[in-house]
Amino acid sequence: MMDFIVIPILALLAATAVTVARIRNLWAAVMFTGIYSFLSASWMLILDAPDVAFTEAAVGAGITTILMLATLSLTPRRHRKSSRLSSEDFEERPSKSPVIPLLIVTITGCALVYGTFDMPHFGDPNAPIQVYPEPSFVEKSQPDMHGLPNVVTAVLASYRGYDTLGETAVIFTAGIAVLLILRKNTDDQGISESPPLTGENA
Amino acid sequence: MNSFPIIRVITKLLIPYILLFGLYVQFHGDFGPGGGFQAGVIFAAALILYGLVYGLPAVHKVAPPKVIEKLTALGLLVYAGTGLACMLLGGNFLDYDMLNHGILTELPVALDFLPGDTPYHFLPEGQHLGIFLVELGVGITVTAVMTMIFYAFAGRERVTS
Repeated sequence: MMDFIVIPILALLAATAVTVARIRNLWAAVMFTGIYSFLSASWMLILDAPDVAFTEAAVGAGITTILMLATLSLTPRRHRKSSRLSSEDFEERPSKSPVIPLLIVTITGCALVYGTFDMPHFGDPNAPIQVYPEPSFVEKSQPDMHGLPNVVTAVLASYRGYDTLGETAVIFTAGIAVLLILRKNTDDQGISESPPLTGENA
Repeated sequence: MNSFPIIRVITKLLIPYILLFGLYVQFHGDFGPGGGFQAGVIFAAALILYGLVYGLPAVHKVAPPKVIEKLTALGLLVYAGTGLACMLLGGNFLDYDMLNHGILTELPVALDFLPGDTPYHFLPEGQHLGIFLVELGVGITVTAVMTMIFYAFAGRERVTS
């Protein structure tokens, strides 16, 4: 029954990925990456990872798409190469022989598929990931956390609280760096007179 | 976007629910899926949506850049401050069990706000309180950083070359 959902989502993911790689209209490419993120979020929900699905939907499909559109609104609209060709969205491929790249990609793909044969079956309770750090977190978390049912939160915020502090510091540092690079140093308010992305121009 | 009344109306209808969902993900994160980071990006998404539809000056009125900049640091300080509070109470850094012995249960009982035989776990245990504060810190920082990055991008002029 699950296959009716899983197979179309995976097929759409592959189709979207190919489209993103081939399309030359940058606005369309950005929208396709957003679609790809939404499909990934659905896929993660099927894999019982709603936390990651939230993040993927909000960051990958929402904020990243907006930021890329904002970047595009500040730069030329089309891929530079295609501007001197016709206005088609799919330009001609370069005239070099595609045989060698195809060979490399095929061999790499076969090696990766071969590698998956050694992987444990999905959801296998005896898989190394389930047994190696011993399932003590799951067992101990109820008495340790006084009944917090979400083991993921318990591990993130309590058992591994120091790591999460570091991650928050990384986000903070990244925000400061972006601010230092992008903010115009002329105006102290940080408010632009004519916002290019929003309002009438959006 | 003055010429798109449908988008404006629908956005106004949607934003309260996005914010409510963000709050749910934030404060229910220790019981259901979610947590500070997820809630932070959902909150920031609501602010960014408002900024996209109503323009940068409007969202600057709701969330002034100066406040957002300070919130960036505040979230991290809440997180680290929780750890320091645990140290001041005699434990290790981020040892939430130390927060158990705070005034949260004993003071209301002493002041007769709660009956004397209130079970000890009636109010949040140390671990609950610690995780709550830490996730709050993460949520504040993530919201502020995401919103600030959006401001930085959207506030720039188009480069004309």
